[in-house]
Amino acid sequence: MFKMLNPRRFYYAVGRRKFLEFILLAVFILFFYGPLLNMLMLAFANQYEVPNILPTEWGFDWWKYVFGQESLVSSMIQSFIVAIATTVISMIFCIPAAYSIARFKFRGRKIFMLSFLLTNAFPKIGIYTSIAVLFYKYGLMGTYAGVIIIHMINSMMFMVWLPASAFRNVHRQQEEAARDVGAGPIRTFFKVTLPMAMPGIAVATLYTFLGSMEEAQGTMLVGLARIQTMPVAMYGIVLDSSAVQIGAVFAILLIIPSAVLIFLMRKFIGPEAIAGGFKMN
Amino acid sequence: MSNTTNKTAVGNTAMKDRKVKLEIKNMAKKYDNGDGVENINLEIYEGEIVTFLGPSGCGKSTILRTIGGFMDVTSGDILIDGNSIVGLSPENRPTAMVFQSYNLWPHMTIYENLAFGMKLRKIPKKTIDEDIKNMLALVSMSGCEKKYPSQLSGGQQQRIAIARSLLLKPSLLLLDEPFSALDAKIRQQMREELKRIQSELGITVIFVTHDQEEAMAISHRIVVMNKGKFDQIGTPDEIYDKPATLHVASFIGEMNFIDQGNTTIAVRPEDLLLTKEEGDMEGTVETVMLMGHYVLMTAKVGDSIVKCFVNREQGDHLREGMKVNLKIGKHTQFKKSA
Repeated sequence: MFKMLNPRRFYYAVGRRKFLEFILLAVFILFFYGPLLNMLMLAFANQYEVPNILPTEWGFDWWKYVFGQESLVSSMIQSFIVAIATTVISMIFCIPAAYSIARFKFRGRKIFMLSFLLTNAFPKIGIYTSIAVLFYKYGLMGTYAGVIIIHMINSMMFMVWLPASAFRNVHRQQEEAARDVGAGPIRTFFKVTLPMAMPGIAVATLYTFLGSMEEAQGTMLVGLARIQTMPVAMYGIVLDSSAVQIGAVFAILLIIPSAVLIFLMRKFIGPEAIAGGFKMN
Repeated sequence: MSNTTNKTAVGNTAMKDRKVKLEIKNMAKKYDNGDGVENINLEIYEGEIVTFLGPSGCGKSTILRTIGGFMDVTSGDILIDGNSIVGLSPENRPTAMVFQSYNLWPHMTIYENLAFGMKLRKIPKKTIDEDIKNMLALVSMSGCEKKYPSQLSGGQQQRIAIARSLLLKPSLLLLDEPFSALDAKIRQQMREELKRIQSELGITVIFVTHDQEEAMAISHRIVVMNKGKFDQIGTPDEIYDKPATLHVASFIGEMNFIDQGNTTIAVRPEDLLLTKEEGDMEGTVETVMLMGHYVLMTAKVGDSIVKCFVNREQGDHLREGMKVNLKIGKHTQFKKSA
């Protein structure tokens, strides 16, 4: 068994190609999961001095500290308020838009779809600054409404493109069959079209929610530090940098909702669902 | 009423006294690109299976979709039991339609698929359960209530789709190439089943297909269509024996076309007879193929090749290159268009 750990033996046993692939994979895993593991370790380190590899004292001290800080707890609440509001409001706006893109051929349909890509093509900070000018005028700076609008700009592409492709995959005959047996257009939409498009919509909703949870740049600029979501609060902590452990605890707190949601929707999330969304026809 | 009596009766004038179920009056449906159908006039009687037959793009589905309410008519009127339906949306029409595919809703069980329309009609649950049970037995699909559509084969899905339509007791059942996505053997079986179900329930059916064999097998009357117009309306026998146009003659079954002066003679391969005496023309045998209970012979007559179905006894004597005398039996004459 231990003989196999000799690199020379390993190299000749599996062949050159496999060996190189193995090395590449090992580097890759270290690159991706190394920082993550380090963070996990830090979150449970009561005391950590730089020259040591492992913490000198393990424990939950920083967790107690984080939950003891009222501002940090309120940032979590704010994060959830913003993320839920962003998701619900963009569903209300984007799902009807997605349906009309999927079903009706109207002039400028492609331009309309491309316009969502454009907001993602420009440097965000430039867009945010120019939006800030408008927001000052309308008194949206430092308000929930302002922050939610910023988050929606980021999520719109997902919320329109993915459901549009999901709606396109519902065959017209299936809608017509529902009309034929006596359902009106609205009932047909809610009983047949929407449930059939649900997987695509669920994925889009997930991205919107998670995207909103971790958005910091725009929130910081438009929220004027009055709206403190978790990522914004984290910026403050990292800049103070009194203890890296707080950042680690926060990062884990941010991962939890993503991990839970991705686990729940694992059936729907896949390269196909996402690739299907980015078709233009 | 058995199928045979039905079939022979439709052609009779006595049949015209039967109740008219559907009447299409001067209907036209034009698409933006100029295609479509026009001058459509048709009466369909109660308890009839009428087939729209024609090549793809001839407008047969267009007519069916205007009856079902999925398309507006440009002009004219459509009446069911004497009442105009052109203003009604599909959900308010007394018709039920089965499409070529994607009829069922994959997120619902078979029971939910079948019950969907009945629940909308506020039928009590007990009646729904009972009707579904009986209907599934009728389409030979008993016991599949809890399955999902994806667990069924294509043929089974179409049975469920037909069952769903029948459960709503429509005045008129519209079938838009319902079997064309199925493989040949299942298709044949489904034809027979549809015919049995139709005669058991006595409902009126409009069937659309591009498969002439299917049309012949299933219909009381066939409407042969070409390029948005009706070429001929008649019983399968009439369509086969007395084709009204060259298009009908060539579209239905096998046909030989023989030029004679300024007329074209259309004669079926089984009506082109081998004879020892002097016939109408002489040919040279090209190929002889045993097709089972009969022999297919092709012969060169002048510049053209004719097909001829002969019985085994005659066919056994035929050799390639032999001279044969052919006699034209039952046939139709068409004037050559100048």
